[in-house]
Amino acid sequence: MDPATFFAASRVIIVAGKGGVGKTTVTAALARAAARQGRRALIVEVEGKSGLARMFGADDLGYDEITLAEAGDPPGSADVRARTLTSDEAMLEYLESHGLSRVAKRLVSSGAIDTLATAAPGIKDILVLGKVKQLERDTDVDLIVLDAPAAGHAITFLRSARGLLDAVKVGPIHNQAAEVMAMLTDADRCQVVLVTLPEETPVNELIETAYNLEDQVGVALGPVVVNGLYPDRPGLAVDPVTAAAEAGVGLREGEAEALAAAADFRRHRVELQTEQVARLAEELPLPQLRLPFLFGAELGPSELDLLAERLVDQLQTVVEAP
Amino acid sequence: MTTPRELVGTAEVIICTGSGGVGKTTVAAVLAMEGARQGRKTAVVTIDPAKRLADALGLEGLTNEPGRIEGDWPGELYALMLDTKSTFDALVTKYAADEAQAERILGNRFYTNISSALSATQEFMAMEKLYELHVESDFDLVVVDTPPTRNALDFLDAPGTLTRFLDHPLYKVVMTPTRGILKVASIATQAFLRTVAKVVGSDVIEDAIAFFQAFQGMEEGFRDRAHVVDELLTATETRFVLVASPRRDTLAEAVFFADALHEAGIEISALIVNRMHPRFAPGLAEAAGERAESLAGTAIGDHFANLADFQLIASREERHLDGLVGQVGDATVVRVPFLRTDVHDLAGLDELATYVVGN
Repeated sequence: MDPATFFAASRVIIVAGKGGVGKTTVTAALARAAARQGRRALIVEVEGKSGLARMFGADDLGYDEITLAEAGDPPGSADVRARTLTSDEAMLEYLESHGLSRVAKRLVSSGAIDTLATAAPGIKDILVLGKVKQLERDTDVDLIVLDAPAAGHAITFLRSARGLLDAVKVGPIHNQAAEVMAMLTDADRCQVVLVTLPEETPVNELIETAYNLEDQVGVALGPVVVNGLYPDRPGLAVDPVTAAAEAGVGLREGEAEALAAAADFRRHRVELQTEQVARLAEELPLPQLRLPFLFGAELGPSELDLLAERLVDQLQTVVEAP
Repeated sequence: MTTPRELVGTAEVIICTGSGGVGKTTVAAVLAMEGARQGRKTAVVTIDPAKRLADALGLEGLTNEPGRIEGDWPGELYALMLDTKSTFDALVTKYAADEAQAERILGNRFYTNISSALSATQEFMAMEKLYELHVESDFDLVVVDTPPTRNALDFLDAPGTLTRFLDHPLYKVVMTPTRGILKVASIATQAFLRTVAKVVGSDVIEDAIAFFQAFQGMEEGFRDRAHVVDELLTATETRFVLVASPRRDTLAEAVFFADALHEAGIEISALIVNRMHPRFAPGLAEAAGERAESLAGTAIGDHFANLADFQLIASREERHLDGLVGQVGDATVVRVPFLRTDVHDLAGLDELATYVVGN
């Protein structure tokens, strides 16, 4: 797959996965990778998490767009911007733009909006997605990367349009849901990238989510990202005492045991990870992009660049899904 | 300071909380198992266990009632998986004046939405189940795992959220002067509702109104129930365990969470930091990195680089934890190592218990 083709395939990429798998990291890395391919990227965050801006070395996000990475660094790259979207703000904006600003204020101030959200579940999600749909038309942006809500919420979130189409038969919300549905199910406009860790439970959940999203929402699934793989260290296959003797190096007291224990731990974990990656490939016929576990530094701009480069490399080598 | 072992021996209710993906369910299971080890009759309520752990706990039948887990312990261990809807249905049936009222509510579409889709419901029902097991059954200890929420604090507020909600149905929030039903609602209110109906469709409004009509008379019972459930959260026999992973963002969430609980008058008894990377050779920190560099390209170089990897991540995790000291009050901080295999059976829980409670 050509990375440029991938980043131009749709204007919206929705990144989804269970809590703790590194969904926000992948969102940031994808946006940065797109920008490095010259695509102006906008990250949309819906949970008010602070980690995202920090990865770019910036402060918190708000409802207004901020620039997280300037264009031209490195040369040829476009900028990365980001903003948050909350359902209350999206609701207000939506109603106001439909000439219902008085109702909007009363709905929010009286708390009736929560009653409504219960009466028609998904109404808040649909307004957030509706806003994304509006941003999609923004000619300032080439790619929107949406950091979707975590876990089971992701399915509920993406299924909201279909659910609302059934629950609300007429009116502007119905139209909104229909338009969002049209966006979600059009592979030329939107694709979903699912993120997982190479561990049993996250892999199970990813597979289940993938099939649910395809069956119940009809979204196009992009490659899956497997995050946090221990990089390979082939020398660990050799016993440390033998390895030290081969290199003519002396080991201090206790060192051989520590090295052996560390090697055993890593080999064992790598084995588990390899099994899970293979199982994922077998049970879910989607290309995989694999990102390394970073032992060393905190995630900052340079680590993000490393992950972005890795994504681009991986996109070049993955084979299209059968 | 209370150690987790003492906590399990003395508390009557333990609430495990923390952000998603940190291993709350596993920790809850370990604590419950320790309860049984100490001879107590213990129940663990899980929300969304991983399949293999559920299998290990005998939960594959998805039962909403406690099922006994046999094991080599003097006490008794029961586990159940929360079924939000059945718990809610049971509550409705309990407080309905008669069968007809219960049926009207259970069959209402708005109710179906509340009982399955509203996020506060899951938390409320977890607390409801906890109350049921604690007060209406004879368990010595009930351990509950809280649902993964967008805002980890939601469960604290859940009973309140739901009763406020039931207490302020549409006709009330649109500020009708009387508590009458819509047909006597003011003209202004009707106009407002008509506008809202234009936005979301009239079916939605009709469902909601039908629900509130059906629910009339039950608010009192629900509110009282929510009140006693709420009281249990702040009772002295109830203890909170905060579970986190040693990542900067989840620890920051944990601190935020501890603060919020503190403001609500609740202190954390223990902070369990799960999956901390092992260090292997604490004394050899710098040496490993240097030797990895000088021996790069050889097998032993790989070994030193590997050791350096783990020491780096372990130090980083320890640094994140240091930032936490003093921010979680008197809570005991328990470090649980990342193990070479994942936990999905009773033997795995046993191994984890050696770190959580120091067996």
